[in-house]
Amino acid sequence: MIEFVDVALLVLLGVTSLVIIREQNLFAAVMLAGIYSLLSAGLFVVLDAVDVAFTEAAVGAGISTVLMLGTLALVGHQEHKPKRRPILPLFVVAVTGGVLVYGTLDMPPFGDPANPIHHHVAPHYLEESPHEIGVPNVVTSVLASYRGYDTMGETTVIFAAVVGVLLLLSRGPRPRRTVVNGTWRTVAYEEDPPEVEEDRDG
Amino acid sequence: MDDRVILRVGAKILIPFILLFALYVQFHGDYGPGGGFQAGVIFAAAFVLYALVYGLGNVQRALPPQAVYVCAALGVLIYAGVGFVTLALGGDFLAYNVLNHNPEHGQEYGILFVELGVLVTVFGSMVAIFYAFAGRRKVDV
Repeated sequence: MIEFVDVALLVLLGVTSLVIIREQNLFAAVMLAGIYSLLSAGLFVVLDAVDVAFTEAAVGAGISTVLMLGTLALVGHQEHKPKRRPILPLFVVAVTGGVLVYGTLDMPPFGDPANPIHHHVAPHYLEESPHEIGVPNVVTSVLASYRGYDTMGETTVIFAAVVGVLLLLSRGPRPRRTVVNGTWRTVAYEEDPPEVEEDRDG
Repeated sequence: MDDRVILRVGAKILIPFILLFALYVQFHGDYGPGGGFQAGVIFAAAFVLYALVYGLGNVQRALPPQAVYVCAALGVLIYAGVGFVTLALGGDFLAYNVLNHNPEHGQEYGILFVELGVLVTVFGSMVAIFYAFAGRRKVDV
């Protein structure tokens, strides 16, 4: 039964990604990307990683779909036909993919209990977490306590991301170089820039 | 969107439950799947839904952009602040045992506060990024 679920999810993932590549309508592509995330979440549930699945469903299928739709509202939802056939990008992608697949050949066998990852700190976390942390969910005790530094780094990364987005996208009055009476001046707009642009057109 | 009655009423009914579910995910993270990150995203999703149905202006009256920016920074401060409190109490940075005379309770408080920090930053960041995207005018390409 579990094999059937695995195969079904993987086939659907493959089909979805192929359709995303072929799809010219970006609106459909964004919705399919959301479906892709939801399928990945299902796959994580099958792998018993419910916390990861939860995050994938909330962020990948939820928020990022909304953000992509917000981007489409700005840039239009039809993909422009490429002028040339993308031979070089295809080559680069194929080589990179090949190298990555080659890299996985060196990885320890999937799910093997003798893998190094299961013999480093994981046994300590699993055995001592009830006494040392006292939180029933080991994922939480690892994230928030044993690996508290990492989680603080992640939180800081999210904060840095929002600072970057705001620096790039946030609107507001900002000075602009423009020609006034034949000379370049730096003009600070008091009102919304769009209205000024419309005035300039008229 | 004034004519879409089902959407408006449906969103209005759903939003309190989404917010409550986010809080459940936050405080139940010790026992089941979930935690600050997921809860923050779900909390933000409620405001995004409100913005999608009722417009950006209405949601920004309830939750001004400045408040969201403060949230994004405040969460990191809460998280790092817990670390400095444990330092001040004589422990290592983010070693929660010193927060209470019972080390297990100390761990509980520490996790509670850092998860709160994660929730606040993720919530503020998600809504701020959504505001930044939704607040832009369409550009001609």
